[in-house]
Amino acid sequence: MLGRTASGLFWMARLLERAENTSRLVEAGFRMALTRSQPGEEEWRSVLVTAGCCDAYLERHDTIEGEKVADFALRDRSNPSSVMSALHAARESARMTRTALTREMWEAINDFWMVARDALKRPPSETDLPEILTLIRQQGAQVRGATTGTMLRNDIYNFVMLGIMFERADNTARILDTKYYVLLPSSASVGSSLDNVQWEMILRSASAERSFHWLNGGNITPRAIADFLIFDTRMPRSLAYCYDTITYQLDWLSRQYCQRLETHDLAASLEASLTATTIESVFENGLHEFLTDFLVRNASLSSQIEKDFRFAE
Amino acid sequence: MAEGEEIFDEMHGFGEGVRAPYASYGCWFDKTTPSALLKKSRDAQTFFRRTGITFNVYGDAEADERLIPFDLVPRIIGASEWALLVRGIEQRVKAINAFLYDIYHRQEIVRAGRLPERLIRENDAFLPKMIGFDPPGGIYTHIVGIDLVRTGPNEFFVLEDNARTPSGVSYMLENRETMLKMFPELFAQMSVQRVSGYPMALRRSLERSAPHQASGRPTVAILTPGIHNSAYFEHAFLADQMGVELVEGHDLRVVGGRVAMRTTQGYEPIDVLYRRVDDDFLDPLNFRSESMLGVAGIFDVYRAGGITIANAPGTGIADDKAIYSYMPDIVEFYTGQAPLLKNVPTWRCAEADSLSYVLEHLDELVVKEVHGSGGYGMLVGPAASKKEIAAFRKKLEARPSNYIAQPTLALSTVPVLTKAGLSPRHVDLRPFVLVSSDGVEVTPGGLTRVAMKKGSLVVNSSQGGGTKDTWVLKEG
Repeated sequence: MLGRTASGLFWMARLLERAENTSRLVEAGFRMALTRSQPGEEEWRSVLVTAGCCDAYLERHDTIEGEKVADFALRDRSNPSSVMSALHAARESARMTRTALTREMWEAINDFWMVARDALKRPPSETDLPEILTLIRQQGAQVRGATTGTMLRNDIYNFVMLGIMFERADNTARILDTKYYVLLPSSASVGSSLDNVQWEMILRSASAERSFHWLNGGNITPRAIADFLIFDTRMPRSLAYCYDTITYQLDWLSRQYCQRLETHDLAASLEASLTATTIESVFENGLHEFLTDFLVRNASLSSQIEKDFRFAE
Repeated sequence: MAEGEEIFDEMHGFGEGVRAPYASYGCWFDKTTPSALLKKSRDAQTFFRRTGITFNVYGDAEADERLIPFDLVPRIIGASEWALLVRGIEQRVKAINAFLYDIYHRQEIVRAGRLPERLIRENDAFLPKMIGFDPPGGIYTHIVGIDLVRTGPNEFFVLEDNARTPSGVSYMLENRETMLKMFPELFAQMSVQRVSGYPMALRRSLERSAPHQASGRPTVAILTPGIHNSAYFEHAFLADQMGVELVEGHDLRVVGGRVAMRTTQGYEPIDVLYRRVDDDFLDPLNFRSESMLGVAGIFDVYRAGGITIANAPGTGIADDKAIYSYMPDIVEFYTGQAPLLKNVPTWRCAEADSLSYVLEHLDELVVKEVHGSGGYGMLVGPAASKKEIAAFRKKLEARPSNYIAQPTLALSTVPVLTKAGLSPRHVDLRPFVLVSSDGVEVTPGGLTRVAMKKGSLVVNSSQGGGTKDTWVLKEG
């Protein structure tokens, strides 16, 4: 496979995952804003911070308001991580790697882009927003279905899965880090309505509220939430699950290519630090420090992959 | 075409009723409701947009990718009509290859006084660096698309010999896929020859042309200028269908005397490169130095026998419009036979007599730039306003040698589906030809381009033309 193709697949998958994640953040923000009597400025700010575009937003807008945030996060092309920007770039990557994709997959990606483009022609009103977000979620699911349902399990698939998992791990870690202070034991006045809202926002941002409640019943504690999103390998957006998949895909590549690269050692050590650590020690040593360290290592592993597999000259 | 001249319709002839190749189709059509067909037509557009068969128009960077209009009435060619065409095409393509070999070697045709030497020496498409070089297998044009027009039952004219990088074959294949999906019952009734073997035939033909030093199964790749090229869809489509890599210039470099592509596991040499990049941009060391699309040093590897480039650099001289008018002589000179396919009569504006004739008859003629393509920079006299003709006259007088002129032929029509039922529109035909050491192979089908505007003779997609599926019937 061409190095450029590997790069195109990896980034295509990352950007598609990013588009979905961003829309999920907006959905969570919207939901929080609805269930509160106060205008949820803090919730919308955390949406922007998690999506990594708060500064860019404040350069263009003076106040943080739901409709403006939704517009900026969903359709503003000057925001490189908006859903539309990400989808546009993902589709360009897909066109570039068209020969590596199944027809079903290309069509699902092209459809995703076309449907989103039409739905987001104008700034979405609050009334239209739920429907648009549902549409985006469905289109994302279609791409995922085409990916798992039609692709050969070869290096093409490996690079797609790697792209998804790096983006996802990054996203989950950011969701947690943006709100880490509400998860700290010191601030946990368990059962207070404010904290309940905050925790729910975290779970919703990671599409985890149903599965968390199903697994934990009434036991809603910050520790349980953090444990779930970091260490629970049953949860497909947890850091541990992402790294499980990342090392699996990398092992597969190393067998297929008959070579073990620096990437593999880095990944193994990162995965080990997830399996060998407990939530207790994370809280002891600082949740924020743990997440910051994870984000840095996740990013540097991603760069090492680009280097080892010759994404560029 | 003269006022009131009769136009040959491929379905209805000169008005004598439905012609034989369309007989079954005609019966089927009469039993079909027009509204159902119009719905299918809309389905087809949606299908094309979803699969991404779109093209970009040069100089229109901001525009959305556009769809080429697709008309779902097939263009049908009978077996005997096709056999005639195939013989003519084979003869012409063999002559083109012999011509290219000759002008890059001893130039016998010039010595024999059949072609003015200046036409070669002063031609930008002539590549002096190819002189004395024998391309692998002696083949210059591996892939050719000959543009034909028709004026009567057995009257075909060659409009252009696309010997550089002919495009459009993906439309031939996708149009057929679409028709198979929409009208399976028609294919069950009529025996239409398959075109779907083209990608594998292309791959086989390219593999056969590998340089001698290739060992094992040759590695083939397609070189594209990238996703912003108007034909990118086709490049990706062919690579996909052939199962070969689609590479860009920056994926390639010369490693150990071979052209190699950067893969996830290191550099891997390529034996045959089907390039969809023009000569000028192929190699910044040997041609245009600012080119970002090519590979530095590929031409040196080529000359040393390390890679086959298809089509060979320098083949453009054979489809040059100034050379075109000499094609009947060229065919005769190299095959020893009279040409089976006619040329459109052509005035070379470089010659004084011709120029004065052309200037007097601008309102009747089609005037083309010698090096132009895609329907840009041409004058269609009968359709042009006085103002347009006057403006063109100035350009022509300033640089006569840059132009040739041809009569406007009474191009045949094929019906298209409109809201008001079937309506005739002018068409042309581009069959696709593969050349290898095994011989010449013409795919039974091709790209039919159709002028979607009533009465219009311009079929180019960049000027709003559409396409049709082309059916070649089996014998009997």
